[in-house]
Amino acid sequence: MGAESETKAVSEFRRPEGEPTLAAIGITKDFATLRANDNVDFAIRPGEIHALLGENGAGKSTLVKILYGALQPTSGEIRWRGRPVVIPNPAAARRLGIGMVFQHFSLFDSLTVAENISLALSGTTRLDGLRSRIESVSKDYGLPLRPDSVVADLSVGERQRVEIVRCLLQEPQLIIMDEPTSVLTPQEADDLFVTLKRLAGEGCSVLYISHRLEEVRGLCHHATILRHGKVVAECDPQKETARRLASLMVGSEVHAVRPPDPVPEGAAVRLSVTRLSLDKPHPFAVDLKDVSLEVRAGEIVGIAGIAGNGQDELFAALSGERLAPGEADVRINGEPCGRRDITARRRLGAAFVPEERLGHGAVPRLRLSSNVVLTRYATDPGLAPAGVINRNDALAIANRVSQAFDVRKGSPDPEASALSGGNLQKFVVGREIDRQPTVLVVSQPTWGVDAGAATTIRQALVDLARAGSAVLMISQDLDEVLEISDRIAVIALGRLSSPRPRSELPREAIGLMMTGIGMIEPEGRHAH
Amino acid sequence: MRIELIRRPERSAAMAWLSPVIAVVLTLVAGAIIFAANGIDPLQGLYVYFLEPLTLPFTLYELVVKAIPIIIIAVGLALCYLSNVWNIGAEGQLTVGAITGSLLPILFPDFQNVLTLPIMLLMGILGGALYAAIPAVLKSRFGTNEILTSLMLVYVAAYLLDWLVRGPLRDPQGFGFPGSRPFTDFQVMPILFPGSRVHLGLVFALVVVVGAWFILHRTITGFAITTLGQAPRAGAFAGFSRRRMTMLVFLISGGLAGLAGIAEVAGPVGKLEVVISPGYGFTAIIVAFLGRLNPAAIVVAGLVLALSFIGSERAQIVLGMSSQTGRVFQGMLLFFVLACDTFILYRLRFVRTPHAPLARSAE
Repeated sequence: MGAESETKAVSEFRRPEGEPTLAAIGITKDFATLRANDNVDFAIRPGEIHALLGENGAGKSTLVKILYGALQPTSGEIRWRGRPVVIPNPAAARRLGIGMVFQHFSLFDSLTVAENISLALSGTTRLDGLRSRIESVSKDYGLPLRPDSVVADLSVGERQRVEIVRCLLQEPQLIIMDEPTSVLTPQEADDLFVTLKRLAGEGCSVLYISHRLEEVRGLCHHATILRHGKVVAECDPQKETARRLASLMVGSEVHAVRPPDPVPEGAAVRLSVTRLSLDKPHPFAVDLKDVSLEVRAGEIVGIAGIAGNGQDELFAALSGERLAPGEADVRINGEPCGRRDITARRRLGAAFVPEERLGHGAVPRLRLSSNVVLTRYATDPGLAPAGVINRNDALAIANRVSQAFDVRKGSPDPEASALSGGNLQKFVVGREIDRQPTVLVVSQPTWGVDAGAATTIRQALVDLARAGSAVLMISQDLDEVLEISDRIAVIALGRLSSPRPRSELPREAIGLMMTGIGMIEPEGRHAH
Repeated sequence: MRIELIRRPERSAAMAWLSPVIAVVLTLVAGAIIFAANGIDPLQGLYVYFLEPLTLPFTLYELVVKAIPIIIIAVGLALCYLSNVWNIGAEGQLTVGAITGSLLPILFPDFQNVLTLPIMLLMGILGGALYAAIPAVLKSRFGTNEILTSLMLVYVAAYLLDWLVRGPLRDPQGFGFPGSRPFTDFQVMPILFPGSRVHLGLVFALVVVVGAWFILHRTITGFAITTLGQAPRAGAFAGFSRRRMTMLVFLISGGLAGLAGIAEVAGPVGKLEVVISPGYGFTAIIVAFLGRLNPAAIVVAGLVLALSFIGSERAQIVLGMSSQTGRVFQGMLLFFVLACDTFILYRLRFVRTPHAPLARSAE
């Protein structure tokens, strides 16, 4: 069946001909001193799925915001079906026929699907008529959706469908999809691709923004690649390797992460979680149910799963931001510490990197040197003797981290918010690895980070593990989990599968477990 | 044509310092209008109010006397506001500090030695801190809004003081007038400059300013204050406790308000009275914001606001204006500062309503 769809895909894969639906000519956008878009030419044809590729900070979001009317270009012209237009705001874009599905959904949890959609439509809409329209659109495009479901009960994939249906009801001729698969299981992503292909088949243009090069190669007719705000290449992604696309984006050859060596048998357990259950802290969170896990010295354990299945709750329980019910529920280097706070756990040799860089892992308005103090004041003896901060020490550490992890910054000690996402992520990960922690718990290490930075970070995680530390990586990026983990566990609905060696877990099995279906029951786990 | 507020990509550092200056200018303009509306020459009004006090040595000393409690309290409040804790009740903490500090000289008038004043000051600090602990405990135990509780406790303190100076603590030799017996000798704040009323509190104010600056910029405690204020999640990730911080900054700011209170009654006021403060605790809120929550700038802002008290007194005498004029100026100043602060994070954009083909093509 896989082969069949492959061949079919290839035959479909010619870039459609025709007058562009939308063309951008010489778009330049300046933000103070930064030129985010530099003379960008870009055209998308009817029926085309067009990929927009680029590193973080390459100018993709700026370009998309200009096309959607959220930003005005400094200079340049937009043509809609050959006619020059000004798109003053997103409402005008929607009136023209441009729809957008955002990476982060903008839905009200407590309202139904139909209510959410009616809020987005202009003017007053009768809810009855809307229900039947939602049903027919969702049937036509293979987007199963019940208009009366409450959004809070929907999975992430279903929520995305709501966004897409909402977009389709406005009968757009161009749909912009921003990283649509970043939150989906492989199966859900496949369903989405079917929908997108059907839309394209009807003549709708799809502008597809993604970091996942394999996906782009399988789906898109054409790709425009941005680097430093400029178009550096246009190509047929079908005819390029993922490696080649990545190097076009980054501007240099991307090296694969050195494959990990096998972990010695009988290495010491550095991090262990024993039958941890924890009630959810708020109504939209997830209960952790009977979670058990061991990470040994020298290995990386990857936890795969779809967003919102208990990853945040697990991270908080491991870091000590939330305390476990029992002291013995969490052990770091053999020491029970379930009831101890994050500072105590750091003192036991653990380090933590949360998912959110800004506002959780780092304070946006503080300088990098101060952000070193943030997580290390209690463990570095020279950093804050007697509670007085040694600023020279902090600056020295910030510089050391910046050098080791190639953190690019505009001034010697900038505020964290001045760094690009990838550079800040390198800093936040590097800050912890620089401590040489014996246990590292890291969540989404390369979320929204460009290929070059992602490789640096993954390599650093592998190196840390090989040097004898235990690394636990929580990630929604399945490719990443498969690339560097020695053992893999899957989290779904607050339950964690028992970790198994990577070689024993095919991608499809992980995909099924991510939906909760293929989960090994906790009872069966011990028998295994 | 419509006006939009557009979020700036970055916080404007220039605007952060320009904002209080613009606010002062706008306050002067609005003040001139108020003078004119009252039939007073606006220029003469502003001169009497804001410039004349600066030309007389006596009023210059008085400026410092008034600035002392304002600055001491405002520094404490700045620590609160920086950590995103909203103590609005410094006036009440000042009152309670004045009461607890006065217990020693009123109940033991013969206890006169070098320890008298230090004990009074310590009891004042303790009283203010404990009174501030009430909203802090309510906040961390029950999640009560500290803005409401701390503000309401101001009135409780005011009535407590009223009752005490008319009842239990009234001076038996006071001919039935409310108020305690006057403080003497070791019970009063030493005067720093003979012939003026500038007292030891000036030294306290400077120590408090330098100390707060050091805590904020050099210590882990100060780091925790800014971190929890700016990014609570990152603060928790660093291992700082929100609850402990709420308690700490309430205790510090309450203690400082208490210190200001006892320094007032042991200084310029001289005894416990029905009214011991013209609203220093509230004025300090304005000063904290006008001084950008920065201890050094609070000194300048404190002097500016002290001027508004003196000017108000001068305006009553020379121009015959109401004693409430000072309040009006202070209120306008806070209003303008907060309004101008909007432009630190936002800028204005004037949008011409598009009557472009787009709007028509939609129909």
